[in-house]
Amino acid sequence: MNVDLRILRFDPEKDTEPHWQTYQIEVRPMDKVLDLLIRVKGEQDGSLSFRRSCGHGICGSDAMLINNRNRLACKTRVDQIGKKISVAPLPGLPVVRDLVVDMSGFFTKYRSVKPYLINDEPEPERERLQTQKDRARFDDTTKCILCAACTTACPSFWARPEYVGPAAIVQAHRFIFDSRDEGANERLEILSDENGVWRCRTIFNCVDACPRGINITGAILDVSKAIVARRG
Amino acid sequence: MALYSRSGRPRPQAGGFELFVWYYMRLSGVALFVLALTHFSLQHFLFDPANETSQWIFNQRWNSVFWRSFDWLMLMMVVTHAFLGIRTVTMDYVKGGWRTLALTVLYLVGVIIFVMGTSVVLSVQMPGGA
Repeated sequence: MNVDLRILRFDPEKDTEPHWQTYQIEVRPMDKVLDLLIRVKGEQDGSLSFRRSCGHGICGSDAMLINNRNRLACKTRVDQIGKKISVAPLPGLPVVRDLVVDMSGFFTKYRSVKPYLINDEPEPERERLQTQKDRARFDDTTKCILCAACTTACPSFWARPEYVGPAAIVQAHRFIFDSRDEGANERLEILSDENGVWRCRTIFNCVDACPRGINITGAILDVSKAIVARRG
Repeated sequence: MALYSRSGRPRPQAGGFELFVWYYMRLSGVALFVLALTHFSLQHFLFDPANETSQWIFNQRWNSVFWRSFDWLMLMMVVTHAFLGIRTVTMDYVKGGWRTLALTVLYLVGVIIFVMGTSVVLSVQMPGGA
């Protein structure tokens, strides 16, 4: 079958504004949107730019706005979205070129929540043990692949680019509720900032956008409750 | 060079007020659920709205300190919850000097309504002449 693939193009050297360009392309229903982009680039227009690495929903490189929702191009099948397909860069981040956005601000916020194990105790002879229950506490948030689909789907982030955003809070949650970690207070202090968790309006766009099915709004509320409990 | 990129975030400052607002909005939301539902049932189901003149309110409802306090509490919850909600929207979408102006007006109007509401609840005499 044939589909109309509409792509929001932007070349910083030629264009002042992004513009839509449509490509007709023969597809099979089980093709992914990423397959379509690769074929457009290979067969019709070599100047098309986009990010992709693994192509299997793990690296988080190819999140983009597909038919007005943030999704991974490599996990979105043609038969799921119909014959008219529109692809645009993630909203709310500066566009570098075509579908490539500047992720540096996103990763600055990610680093700001100290997304690594903090534990000054001397290392045990073998691993730091943990019960299954303790491990289950933060299991959901370990699934994050930092694709930025959630943060760039968040109206609070669009309105206020300083907001730390759902992805960074998910990453903080992963360590705050890890029984082996001792940095929870530091992270809760960082996230109780004016641009921290309080900017969440429980709109649930992040949950809707997450290609990994993480209950992101739930994780944000976990962190908010932990901050309240800590002060109370 | 800037310390952080366009959509990066500056060094965090501890903010107790944001925490307070967040928590207060949740508590007042739950409180309003109970208060407003009780108010609604009273005014629209338990009593006939056709009979509810201001005289009736003074004689029946506000003849007791309990119901007067109840109404005052509900009024204050509505005012504070609503104004903090508008504050939230303002903080999200209004920038720079306009934000300061909008918040100043907002707080001012909020305080005026608070004072007016409280003075009405306190100054209307008990029908019994207390």
